[in-house]
Amino acid sequence: MPDTMGDAPREDLPQAGATTVRETSTNETTQEQTDTAVRLVDAKGVRHPDPELDRWLTDVDAGTDEADATLLRLYSDMVTARRLDTEATALQRQGELALWPPLLGQEAAQVGSARAMRGDDFVFSSYREHAVALVRGVTPAQLTPVWRGVTASGWDPYTVGMATPQVIIGAQTLHAVGYGLGVLADAERDPGSVGDDGTAAVVTYFGDGAISQGDVSEALVFAATWSVPVIFFCQNNQWAISEPVRLQSPVALADRAAGFGMPGVQVDGNDVLAVLAVTRAALHRARTGGGPTLIEAVTYRMGPHTTADDPTRYRDAEEVASWADRDPIERFGAWLRTRGTLDDEAERRVREEADAVAAELRAGCIATEDPPALQVFENVYATPHAALDAERDTYAAYLATLVADAADAGTHGGAR
Amino acid sequence: MTQTLTLAKALNAGLRRAMADDPTVMLLGEDIGRLGGVYRVTDGLQEQFGPRRVVDTPLAESGILGTAVGLAYRGYRPVVEIQFDGFVYVAFDQIVSQLAKMHKRTEGAVTLPVTIRIPVAGGIGAAEHHSESPEAYFAHTAGLRVVSVANPQDAATVLRQAIACDDPVVFFEPKRRYHLKGEVDPDVDLTLAEPMDAARVVAPGDDVTLVTFGSLVGTALDAAVAASDEGISVEVIDLRSLSPIDHARVEASVRRTGRLVVVHEGPRHVGLGAEIAATITERCFEFLEAAPVRVTGHDVPYPPARLESHQVPDLDRILDGVDRVLGRVAVPAGSTTGSTTGSTTGVGA
Repeated sequence: MPDTMGDAPREDLPQAGATTVRETSTNETTQEQTDTAVRLVDAKGVRHPDPELDRWLTDVDAGTDEADATLLRLYSDMVTARRLDTEATALQRQGELALWPPLLGQEAAQVGSARAMRGDDFVFSSYREHAVALVRGVTPAQLTPVWRGVTASGWDPYTVGMATPQVIIGAQTLHAVGYGLGVLADAERDPGSVGDDGTAAVVTYFGDGAISQGDVSEALVFAATWSVPVIFFCQNNQWAISEPVRLQSPVALADRAAGFGMPGVQVDGNDVLAVLAVTRAALHRARTGGGPTLIEAVTYRMGPHTTADDPTRYRDAEEVASWADRDPIERFGAWLRTRGTLDDEAERRVREEADAVAAELRAGCIATEDPPALQVFENVYATPHAALDAERDTYAAYLATLVADAADAGTHGGAR
Repeated sequence: MTQTLTLAKALNAGLRRAMADDPTVMLLGEDIGRLGGVYRVTDGLQEQFGPRRVVDTPLAESGILGTAVGLAYRGYRPVVEIQFDGFVYVAFDQIVSQLAKMHKRTEGAVTLPVTIRIPVAGGIGAAEHHSESPEAYFAHTAGLRVVSVANPQDAATVLRQAIACDDPVVFFEPKRRYHLKGEVDPDVDLTLAEPMDAARVVAPGDDVTLVTFGSLVGTALDAAVAASDEGISVEVIDLRSLSPIDHARVEASVRRTGRLVVVHEGPRHVGLGAEIAATITERCFEFLEAAPVRVTGHDVPYPPARLESHQVPDLDRILDGVDRVLGRVAVPAGSTTGSTTGSTTGVGA
């Protein structure tokens, strides 16, 4: 199970500010919505007190060695995630990966939320949540097989408490609701299994594009109706490939929550501390019967949608530059230096660790061999299926003729 | 203990038994709780097992299926009711891209034992979207099993088998036959029961093999009786499982009869009849005395109630198919497999 920080027990959850419908052109993004988002460390690295949120951060504000270690780990997680992301992008350029969806710019949203979870919580994510996966305990070498094209999943969901990447936009939010309904059913069948800190909870990650999907709306309806312990964590990174968030919604995404009957919180997604705090608050609510929460983490996809995308065709360099000024790692690092948690020596160690993890990812990726041909027939069904077995045998016999042909011709080749 | 039950009551008894046997079985659907379902298939189950296990859902079929995927992920065994056949399409992604593929996607780490109950087919004078036969969509999807019941005993037993199966199962209920009565033992030992994916000969015969499933099994049996009056011996096979298809059982029959007629309500184009005719032709071409014949719904949207008798194969159309495979009527020009239109009606009527 992954390391976690748990959540300090507190009661209420801060609500989204009253965000009004703005008069904008359809091409305008909603980046200025960050002005209404909750924030604890600003873009200059200055920490602002917040009576609501600070209650959830008593452990990291303690000024103890443990607090420093916790904060450094948040920093290290983000640096490592970015370093991995860079490495994977390079691996794609070098032909080792077929595709990679970079998380560049979204490190704080992912690390802050993932570090708020417990080991018995469960994650249903999209396909860009590499940092969440790392925090949950997925190894670097398990991140790349999907994108190398050798499998549809790199890890066992039950060993890390996280489902494998979901490519269909928004579909996973319903799985989270079902899983959460199962958590409630478990608690009812065995009340003694629920500790003082409440039930497990489920966190589902999706993007601003997914907010338009019917499945996401249905998931919000179902979760609210049944008061399921699910956190809907929307990373609003402003762009769904080439479509700005304004095309998905004329109002802040968090504001939708009210209509579904749950709290909505808009948080600065580039502020790891604020993300940690709001996620802890929402998790506590979920665990203790308070039901679901919609969190909109306002952030920015600094890179392309995937390595196959060219964002210069649809967005301006000025916009990207303005978000670079709000970089989640630089901001948090600046604050850590101000408070004396981070110095050059610590920085060097963090970077070295990140390099080592990147090397692990590269080595694991390159060492991954193509699976044997007949693996296509495996795990289609969980129970015996004579017809498919026969189909496999027929194909195996055909492949054997290729091997025989190749042998006859004294050449290599045949069955791959 | 055996009792006389309608097919709908037999389904109810099967669900009751499955829920009693396994505390992880949960029912999800619209109107299945207090109302007991629009066809009363879940009647009394919420009262007996409580609202946590018999769950009325919001009206969103994709939501229902996606929730079932998540419940199964957590270790539950959800049984979903889709209220009517035509309502299942909005859940298509959750069935085809999620439910069917998750076991493969996760290299076997996740199994999703979800049963999807769908009342199907027409003949009840219903409004649009209430009379469809969508089996080909699901039979075409790897990872799913698809079954169809035709009698009360199978309704109880196959439903229990579907629920106990670790694979996702699409379970078709012939709504036209919900009131069909029969002797039912809802508690048969599943370890001794005929496998869910086995076809069954429901009337033996020597001249023609007539393959069908679901609501048309009864009509096919009537056709066999009518044909016997003319001295034609028809063997009727109830497929039961539509994916996989028990081709071996059909093949064994055709090797004796030399003639195959496949009957279904769904449209002919790329329907199950095409798959069965092709497979049997591949497997025992030299035993065939005639080209296989398909008697199916037309390739049209399901028509309004006043016209549905032209869409659903009836006794006469099935007998027409039997005649054609026996070479007793002329095949209309331009057709290679025989017509299913009314142009040759009257034969065998």
